[in-house]
Amino acid sequence: MTIDMLRRIFYWSAHYLLLGLYVLFALFPLFWLIKVALTPNDLLYSEGIRLWPSRTSLEHFRFVLTHSEFPLFFRNSLIVSSTTAVTVALISSACGYSLSRFSFRGKPLLVALMLTTQMFPLVMLVAPMFRLLAPLGLTNSLTGLVIVYSAFNAPFATLLMQSFFDAIPKELEEAALIDGATRFGAFRRIILPLTLPGIAATGGFVFTAAWSELLFALMLNSSSQASTFPVGLLSFVSKFSVDFGQMMAAGVLALIPACLFFVLIQRYLVRGLTAGAVKG
Amino acid sequence: MSAIDITGVSKRYGTTAVLHEITLAVAAGEFAVLVGPSGCGKSTLLRMIAGLEEVSAGQIRIGGRLVNDLPPKARDIAMVFQSYALYPHMSVADNMAYSLRLRRTSKPGVETAINAAAVKLGLGSLLERKPGALSGGQRQRVAMGRAIVRRPKAFLFDEPLSNLDARLREHMRAEIKKLHRELGATSIYVTHDQIEAMTLADRIVAMNGGHVQQVGSPLELYDRPANLFVAGFIGSPAMNMFPALFSHCQGRPTLVHAGFALALDHDPALAEGAALTVGIRPEHILLGAGPLQGVVDLVEPTGLGTIAHLTLAGTALRAFTLARPPLTIGACVAVDMPACRLHLFDADGDRVDR
Amino acid sequence: MGTGHDQSETEPEVRAVRRRLASSAEPYLYSAPALILIVAVMLVPLSVGLSYAFRDIQLLDPFSGGFVGFDHFRELKADHSFRAALLNTVVWTGASVALQFIFGLILALLLNREFPGRRLVQALVFLPWAVPTFLVGLDWAWLFNPVVGPLPGWLFTLKITHDTNNLLADPATALIGPIVGAIWWGIPFFAITILAALQSIPKDLYEAASIDGAGAFKQFRSITLPLLAPTIVITILLRTVWVANFADLIVVMTNGGPADSTQTVASYIFTTAFRRLDFGYASTIAAVLLMLLFVYALAILSLRRLLVQRQS
Repeated sequence: MTIDMLRRIFYWSAHYLLLGLYVLFALFPLFWLIKVALTPNDLLYSEGIRLWPSRTSLEHFRFVLTHSEFPLFFRNSLIVSSTTAVTVALISSACGYSLSRFSFRGKPLLVALMLTTQMFPLVMLVAPMFRLLAPLGLTNSLTGLVIVYSAFNAPFATLLMQSFFDAIPKELEEAALIDGATRFGAFRRIILPLTLPGIAATGGFVFTAAWSELLFALMLNSSSQASTFPVGLLSFVSKFSVDFGQMMAAGVLALIPACLFFVLIQRYLVRGLTAGAVKG
Repeated sequence: MSAIDITGVSKRYGTTAVLHEITLAVAAGEFAVLVGPSGCGKSTLLRMIAGLEEVSAGQIRIGGRLVNDLPPKARDIAMVFQSYALYPHMSVADNMAYSLRLRRTSKPGVETAINAAAVKLGLGSLLERKPGALSGGQRQRVAMGRAIVRRPKAFLFDEPLSNLDARLREHMRAEIKKLHRELGATSIYVTHDQIEAMTLADRIVAMNGGHVQQVGSPLELYDRPANLFVAGFIGSPAMNMFPALFSHCQGRPTLVHAGFALALDHDPALAEGAALTVGIRPEHILLGAGPLQGVVDLVEPTGLGTIAHLTLAGTALRAFTLARPPLTIGACVAVDMPACRLHLFDADGDRVDR
Repeated sequence: MGTGHDQSETEPEVRAVRRRLASSAEPYLYSAPALILIVAVMLVPLSVGLSYAFRDIQLLDPFSGGFVGFDHFRELKADHSFRAALLNTVVWTGASVALQFIFGLILALLLNREFPGRRLVQALVFLPWAVPTFLVGLDWAWLFNPVVGPLPGWLFTLKITHDTNNLLADPATALIGPIVGAIWWGIPFFAITILAALQSIPKDLYEAASIDGAGAFKQFRSITLPLLAPTIVITILLRTVWVANFADLIVVMTNGGPADSTQTVASYIFTTAFRRLDFGYASTIAAVLLMLLFVYALAILSLRRLLVQRQS
């Protein structure tokens, strides 16, 4: 064996070893989540440290699905997250488009505004927001949550969309304008379809962020009618202060859409972020 | 088909002026080529005609109609971009049909137009493909097809052949010229390649630094360049230029150079001792016989002919001949520069007429 | 040139003005929905929230709400808990961001090469990002718990710890818990961003370098790092700010304890607001935090400008 071959074998072994460690590190906590969710109550503490319980049971899942309000919370989360994702996708496409294509006087100010909003300690906004939204009837409402989440996610989504639009040459719109389209027509028919992967990525990102939001869901809702699943999980903490099994089961159930979504779009996220940097 | 009239058009970006009071009239059905080096303003002018840039001053009329404030879609012009700008997610047929559908043309109308253009450009078998699956030349033809189906008042071309390789470029040049003959369309074509300008144009507009340097037929610009810029830009290999003083030697009008003197065949009305720049094209320098002596520095055989680099009394010149003279590096060769082939330019760079 | 245009001289003028107005309004029209939403939902409450810093807002006291001027700020200056929290914040933010960055960078470098199964590995390794943060906190708290989690036992077997007590119960080591959780959750963000930036570096730079005789490490130092630098700086800036503001993990895992050893400024704001229910004071702390972060952001941005200038 030559030195080169040895070096190559060494390199790739190290490569796969490190990747293996990363995958293990990433998946182990999730595995533990599932393990706890599948451990029946009587074995929860006695077999706590074992890698896999001697007996598995679906009792936690059954309980969560049939005896708690969890299905309602899940449904609420789904509605809020998807609506937020769609809303943000729309308005941040429009705003990102204007940042990418136009140069106008308010532009630096707009960008600065977007970046500054990322720096807020959101905790500060809870009380004032409650005071503002309550008289409008937007507390205890899914609509109120959608509005709030949309505003929180719009800045980052706009900057993402801007980089996706930057990757598309301006000549395409010019050709469309000459062909007879209005600017908006060109935006809708020509440019948007080309940024579909970018929009999907942004939408997925926003969905995941809205799905996991706890603080405002907790503070702006006092009834369980409009609560989302993070709030629901927290209610497990107070109701069954030691019922980690059920909480983990609920957690696993709630994780499924978020993980699915994210797995699907993460490829587009990387591709889209790269595209923004490399202009054709 | 319509005429395009450009009157006193200027373009400013902030305080920087890019175009200075351009006045130009393109007749209906004419093929005009805007040619010049990068940055001379030719593309900007084209884009202003298309409506993609604002006009800072002056007027642009298409078919007699003032279009300064009309959006591109209202001007009824078609444009072929350097990068083709084909819609990547649509098939070739849809790319060509897009503008017609925007105008709510009937389906059969769209079909007929697309098929007619496809036949003319040889795109019949490509109609269902997407631009990504086409070669450069094919994409270029689709871009032209997209322009043709519109039956616009005028065609605008923005360096459409620059992205093609040399062989393909030659082929497409001929195609474009043939198309123009068939359609008789008013066309404005922008390029930095003077060969494209010479072969395609009915009239050439040579531009430099935001000004029009000369307007005329290709042969006019070749035979009688109006200034140093046009003289050096048109023609390949480029015209030789060297300084000389005008004088009357022994009563005859002569150009006096440091190492030699050239007798003129006529008497231009110039002051004694006037500083001039003399130009002569490489193809007009005669080798093998003549009053001057040159030393051969380099020989470039092109197959068609030979480019010889000479030094003549300290001045570097290039000569081009269709023959294949037996030249060796370092050898002396007789050189003649016939007076009828000399171009004279004054101290400002403008042509001195006979 | 052209006769008969005199009568309609005003019409094209009007049209010109209208068109110019329309085209200059266009960008604002596109940006309007996002802008209005952000201003209404974030800026307005923010200004109200900032005003609370100067008022006495006790949620359980209906008679509160009076203007107190700079009282809260004076209280803050003398507050030992705040100073301790500030120190913890620096440790918390610094360790989390630095380790997230390093591990994220390594991961991005590993993923930057083609290998079979790459897509699957990429999807798996980015998964932690999709988990809601409080669930991350609960999960890791569970993992660190000696009764129900495997980690204390393993750490003891590996001789990293002296006993199998809960890391989170010991004031000296409690902060490690949230930091590990933050790293687990935050690596994907850095990895994705850095990977995207890595993939935008043109390959011919590396090819030219290897022809010039540069090995892998040299290439990394002279090509990868400098070209990555602007992205890295911005990403680190955003993450630092975000992590500094991030209270979820700490509140869920340790609630600021034991003995305030994991209390950061962000979690301090949270406990002041929602446990002590003193919104006025909480807003003051938040205002100060915002100011500190602002100064930090300006510093980083000037640093970046310096780096960019020196490059050119």
